[in-house]
Amino acid sequence: MAKDLVNTLADLKEQEVLKIVKDRLSAGEDPFKIMGDARKGMEIVGKRFADSEYFIPDLVYSGEILKAVTEIVKPKLTTTMESKKLGKIVFGTVAGDIHDIGKDIVVFMLDVNGFEVHDLGVDVPVQKFVDKIKETGAPIVGLSGFLALAFDSMKETVEAIKAAGLRDKVKVMIGGGQITDEIKNYTGADAYGKDAMTGVTLAKKWAGVG
Amino acid sequence: MEKQWEEMSSDEKQEALFAKWMSPEGVQFKSPEAEKAYKERATRIKDALQLKKKPDRVPVFLIPSFAPAFYSGLTPREVMYDYEKANTAWRKFYLDIQPDAHFGCVAPGPGKVFDILDLKLYKWPGHGVPNNTTYQAIEGEYMMADEYDALIQDPTHFFNTVYLPRIFGKLEAFKQLPNLTTYVEIYGTGITFFPYGLPDVQAAFKALLEAGSESLKWMGYFGAFMKEMPELGFPAGQVGYTKAPFDILADTLRGTKGIMMDMYRQPNKLIEAMDAMLPFWTQKGIIEAKMGGCPIIFIPLHKGADGFMSDEQYKKFYWPYLKKIIQGMVDEGVFPFIWAEGGYNSRLEIIRDLPKGKTAWLFDIVDIAKAKKALDGIACVAGTMPTDLLAVGTTQQAIDHAKRCIDVAGKGGGYIMSNGAFFDEVKWDNLKAMVETVKKYGVYK
Repeated sequence: MAKDLVNTLADLKEQEVLKIVKDRLSAGEDPFKIMGDARKGMEIVGKRFADSEYFIPDLVYSGEILKAVTEIVKPKLTTTMESKKLGKIVFGTVAGDIHDIGKDIVVFMLDVNGFEVHDLGVDVPVQKFVDKIKETGAPIVGLSGFLALAFDSMKETVEAIKAAGLRDKVKVMIGGGQITDEIKNYTGADAYGKDAMTGVTLAKKWAGVG
Repeated sequence: MEKQWEEMSSDEKQEALFAKWMSPEGVQFKSPEAEKAYKERATRIKDALQLKKKPDRVPVFLIPSFAPAFYSGLTPREVMYDYEKANTAWRKFYLDIQPDAHFGCVAPGPGKVFDILDLKLYKWPGHGVPNNTTYQAIEGEYMMADEYDALIQDPTHFFNTVYLPRIFGKLEAFKQLPNLTTYVEIYGTGITFFPYGLPDVQAAFKALLEAGSESLKWMGYFGAFMKEMPELGFPAGQVGYTKAPFDILADTLRGTKGIMMDMYRQPNKLIEAMDAMLPFWTQKGIIEAKMGGCPIIFIPLHKGADGFMSDEQYKKFYWPYLKKIIQGMVDEGVFPFIWAEGGYNSRLEIIRDLPKGKTAWLFDIVDIAKAKKALDGIACVAGTMPTDLLAVGTTQQAIDHAKRCIDVAGKGGGYIMSNGAFFDEVKWDNLKAMVETVKKYGVYK
């Protein structure tokens, strides 16, 4: 009954999802298969979000359901799950700005879509981005910001990446409430995403999988 | 004999409040020119708002966040703590750029009060974020998922003993305060009042008294500004604010994530809580309008923006309760000035369900032609100079945008040019060009 979990999760029926997961575990089913179905359900959620059928509350709620599923299944996993990642991304809200809702949603969507996201949090100093890019070798960088002051922080971050000799090794996307093409040009980023799904589409394109 | 307030219709109440604003009490205009400018500006704004008459030209508003501080070369930190500097900077901003209204100088707020009470809800310049940045809220659950019943049953006691002790470190002891609604007679007096004797409760009250004194000091500066600006010829563009019930709960009580869970896990409790908040927040707008001698009250909107929920969710959780607040205030003569922060394209059809000529909608990100079409004859439209053009665009881009807004939304009146979002440091030439363009190009013939 693998289909049930996939669709029940996609339909955001929290209680039913948890019951199915518990039942399947007690029936001795492979926990990896259960997590695989949960991930398929999340893919449908992502697609519905991209199609404007789901909105932010639905997306955030799906994340909570997935968290609850993981908590039930995790103790039964004997080895860590190795899933093939599409690529590495360094992400963070730029210096001086502590807004995290938008960033968290994009990071979540990138993760669900198979990227290995290194989330540096909020108010991230320029150097921390540079260090993390060097450390991980990530070819994609995401800069988030809600305030107008983030325009300059983004610009400074892109300049620091350039000064470190990394600019031709990474693609930079920016996003946030007041971010537009004008701001993209101002900061020297490669692209801006108006919502989480645009961010995913950009990342897939840059990773050569979209 | 003049009609008593209680005997007036809502229209008469609105006119009475507008009349007070047009001829402000106790204001000694600095010059005949200032008086003339005041009357012209107030008339222009009133005409645009009420949709009854085409104004002489499109009015222009500038509603800044910390922009006046940057304009005077000051940091947000300085204007939060030095009230005199804040007043001087805000006055200079309005006098130099000459928009049609002022919006007080309340934004910087009394920094020392936040220190005294140890406000946990925000980071502010010099206190968690650098001196040259603005204050920013810290997302969190300051009301828990299982506390809805307590809030619904007794909002005031909940705020006093749960919410305030959480957001102010120095008021933590208030969680021990008694519910005074249960005190009516001699029996039980000692039991009721002993918490006020506890050392930590007394320390909390001392902090509160100190915060009160500091707030009063700040009010002196704020009051002087609110009196001086009309004397210089600038009417107040608003004198208070209230919030949409959903945002009251979503912004600083349950937090963004918490509220989204509640929409699924306990939708009825969320709705009951919004109903419980309604009387307090409707009354707040009415009281502030009457105290301020001006009918215009802001309602900044946050989490009903495009994408933040579906239209169905908006119709279920957001709009009905926002509409109740709007209607409650309109009944008492208040003119709600609703600021839709973020995108609002998908909500335009829904918000048409309003009494005609009783509200204004300031849009941040919207298709201005669609907004005008949807609200034509229903509400005044305002906006939508975007932050990106003000901050990094060319002056010509700002001028072109202003002209397009005037062409599209200015048609027939009922439009106010304004920035779309609160702004800080921008290109001052662009801001000035925006105002100048309206003055030249926005004249009705």
